[in-house]
Amino acid sequence: MELVQYFLIKDENKLPVRRADIVKNVLKEYKNVFQEIMKRTSHTFEKVYGFKVVEIDAKNHIYILINQLKPAEGAPERISNPNTGLLLVILSVVFMKGGVVREASVWNTLKMMQVDPRENHRVFGDVKKLVTDDFVRQRYLEYTKIPHTEPLEHEFRWGQRAEVEVSKLDMLEFLGQLHGKDPQHWSQQYKEATNQASPGSSQPGSSQPGSSQPGSSQPGSSQR
Amino acid sequence: MEDCHRRFLQNMMLRGIVNQQEAKALQQHCCEVHKQKYEADKLEEFIEVINSQLVSMYMKIRSGASEDDATQYYALVNTANTEITRMSPDYTASELELFKRTLDLIMHSDSGTASSTDILNSANSLQTRKLAKSAAEGMLHRLVKDGWMVEKRGEYSLSTRCIIDMEPYIRTTYEEEQLKLCSVCHGLAFKCQTCSNPLCTVKVHHPCAERFFRRMPVRKCPGCSEPWPHDIPEGRPSGSKQRQR
Repeated sequence: MELVQYFLIKDENKLPVRRADIVKNVLKEYKNVFQEIMKRTSHTFEKVYGFKVVEIDAKNHIYILINQLKPAEGAPERISNPNTGLLLVILSVVFMKGGVVREASVWNTLKMMQVDPRENHRVFGDVKKLVTDDFVRQRYLEYTKIPHTEPLEHEFRWGQRAEVEVSKLDMLEFLGQLHGKDPQHWSQQYKEATNQASPGSSQPGSSQPGSSQPGSSQPGSSQR
Repeated sequence: MEDCHRRFLQNMMLRGIVNQQEAKALQQHCCEVHKQKYEADKLEEFIEVINSQLVSMYMKIRSGASEDDATQYYALVNTANTEITRMSPDYTASELELFKRTLDLIMHSDSGTASSTDILNSANSLQTRKLAKSAAEGMLHRLVKDGWMVEKRGEYSLSTRCIIDMEPYIRTTYEEEQLKLCSVCHGLAFKCQTCSNPLCTVKVHHPCAERFFRRMPVRKCPGCSEPWPHDIPEGRPSGSKQRQR
């Protein structure tokens, strides 16, 4: 059961769990039974906590916890994290532009919302670090260099965690409401959304928000 | 164990501690979301279902009463170790030692509190690495922010959550003579009234005193029968249980 505790601690900060770390820190001499212990751990999470252990990177064996229970309206106390809103705005920009955008698009969108990555923000703090470092380490975003660019530019994509945690369909429905259009209006995105393997919930970080964690049950505000 | 229980548990993991009213509202919400029958007076059984699954995880939803007003609270606690290292991912070894010293100060005090001056003085004589004054102050600030301690006018005391969580640790770590127990509810007594008889060791929580002495025309100490000198707080017709698990 130590593995359960290990996962919970890592998940508090939304950090992914590597198989190598599990073997080194938790299993130690039991590394031969990794499969068996993972199976039991997954079972425990589903049965007791309502979480699911998902392998987001099959090559490097990296795991995260996602919430099986959907966020419910009318919860007695809503613990919301403003970072969720910011993250969802960025994810929607990337999604609507076909899955990859040059970083300038994201920075411009944020500037329209009075969030300047060059400045320290009252709520988000160091925005550039949050977006290009924290969100990337948590696997919500991918931030990769574009080769042969001078000065060096990067592009954003959805991270592996976003793929399993955030429902594209819910995102399209929200955008549809915002723009007064039917989600199917964006046929390309709609097709992609319906093909997405069903995510745990439409709420990033709903497994266990920690200090820098998304936790609201509403896609964030996107002022357009 | 059903989804309604899992949802309750997830919520408890986020919030750490809830009072009785919040716990009932949460139970109702969880039952409604998952279309389970909500039984208003079955909160304890509901929680017991969850606890039975948490046993092997070394976690438990334990209840306890606030020393200020006898409200019943429920906290998600770690039962894995009785060492103070249970808080350790967030606090360094020297910070934990300072916390232990603070706990010592509180246990020895009559008021159930430790002054910031005394705590900061302890920071100078730690066996692990010494903590600078600013680091010690920062740690105290974090303890309050994380909900382990309460600060009022420079005096620090243990939060309800801390008492519920640390009760087993405190009972095993301190000698019986050092443990102050309330004579009415037999729980750990930090903020309490003491009998003025120097030979009598009776202590009573403020809300316990209110309940115990409420109907007595002449208030006498339950231990030595000397007159009870303290003011009794205003009565509150709450039916909250005082029993601590």
